[in-house]
Amino acid sequence: MDLSSAFASAFSLIFSGDPQFLQIVGLSLRVTLSAVLLAALIGLPLGALLAVVRFPGRSAVIVLANGLMGLPPVVAGLMVFLLLSRSGPLGPLGWLFSPAAMIMAQTLLVLPIVIALTRGAIEEMWGEYREHLTSLGLTGWRAIPTLLWDGRFVLATGLLAGFGRASAEVGAVLIVGGNIAGHTRTMTTAITLETSKGDLPLALGLGLVLIALTLAINAAAFGASRVGARFAG
Amino acid sequence: MLTRRSLLTAGFGLALAAAALAPAAAQSRFITVSSTTSTTDSGLFEHLLPAFKARTGIEVRVVSQGTGQALDTGRRGDADVVFVHARAQEAQFVEEGFGVERKPVMYNDFVLIGPKADPAGIRGTKDIAAALQAIQARGAPFVSRGDKSGTHAAELNLWKAAGITIEQARGPWYREIGQGMGAALNTAAAMNAYVLADRATWLNFRNRGELEIVVEGDGRLFNQYGVILVNPAKHPHVKKADGQAFIDWLTGPEGQKTIADYRINGEQLFFPNAGRPGA
Repeated sequence: MDLSSAFASAFSLIFSGDPQFLQIVGLSLRVTLSAVLLAALIGLPLGALLAVVRFPGRSAVIVLANGLMGLPPVVAGLMVFLLLSRSGPLGPLGWLFSPAAMIMAQTLLVLPIVIALTRGAIEEMWGEYREHLTSLGLTGWRAIPTLLWDGRFVLATGLLAGFGRASAEVGAVLIVGGNIAGHTRTMTTAITLETSKGDLPLALGLGLVLIALTLAINAAAFGASRVGARFAG
Repeated sequence: MLTRRSLLTAGFGLALAAAALAPAAAQSRFITVSSTTSTTDSGLFEHLLPAFKARTGIEVRVVSQGTGQALDTGRRGDADVVFVHARAQEAQFVEEGFGVERKPVMYNDFVLIGPKADPAGIRGTKDIAAALQAIQARGAPFVSRGDKSGTHAAELNLWKAAGITIEQARGPWYREIGQGMGAALNTAAAMNAYVLADRATWLNFRNRGELEIVVEGDGRLFNQYGVILVNPAKHPHVKKADGQAFIDWLTGPEGQKTIADYRINGEQLFFPNAGRPGA
């Protein structure tokens, strides 16, 4: 009974073209994709560096990155909240309760995943191609661009894992975004709100839309990597 | 070659990230209001804010939290205005210098919600103290907000009025969940428990299950809302003029009428009383 009305509300949400709903979907995508992008820009080079360069304390950094993959979203949210609060060190920016704050919090969540998975993948490739790359004069960090490029399809999986974590979480964006209607309300915080209003079919309907979106993005990424792999030969 | 291509990709990515992070268009005129879950869950703001924006052009961004947390948001300077319902905590907020002045806005009332089976046998009584005594005596399940919200504060006062020291009397029947009004109602519906709720959230709540109002109409169930401008002397970035404009509108004839006009199924949810001295 409830499940069928959830499907009904999911369909009417998708096909009604309700501007409020589209705005929520748009914001969710904007925040999550920005966070994944930022995490990729920082995490891919860092992860690769961690794989090819030896330095004291390297093992500790690897354990730290691996461990932070399990950073509770609500803790990440709280950290960003305390940083951005008007009474905090970055308060003058006025970023609290804005999409920028949400992107910051989610970047913090995605970054360890990208670093850890990149490090693992690149280290394996480095072991395999080291001699070859060294003979081409690519030693140490100079090999990183080549390794990242050759490992792009494996690394894309890491980014998708990061995307999954960011798009599914509610704890961090709720704390730093404030779930403000029309401004910082995302799919997940809207689901929380509708649940607290007791409108469970609508909440579940929103959930179904979110799942469908995540599937669509994963399918697109899978298709792109298939096509890419074929052309890369 | 490959290096150049990956550098290009990285550059493109950076540009995209910058575009995503840049604030969308010019910053519009807005204030941030920290308010309670009851005003949001009841749908009042969706009714109120468009009217205010049409009049003044000011967008109101509402962060809804329990009253205790909403006041803390104001203390840290993360909101321009607080709009809450716990008289003692509001007075303390102003006394500490975080708020300029508290103004009464409106009231409604709390209701005791319970299962139709009514295991404590209290339906129909108007005496909330007697009802709570019966719940405690029978050990009937009771859900407490436990989140320092206005409703939680009201609940604790009612236990006191019933002559029960809840810290000592509590047992497995007393379930403190530390969440908002809606979550407390969902929990009560799932385990057929009693719960104190503000009438507005109850009227707008869909997942009622076996729950209904069992006690209402006691004078001690009165629920007053007040609004306070966060003190610009403590937090210079507070949008004093626009925040004051919101307070003036809310407590003025137009805002008061808009509040009175908000109804669900013909039932009025909030009763404006900004003009009443001492409210």
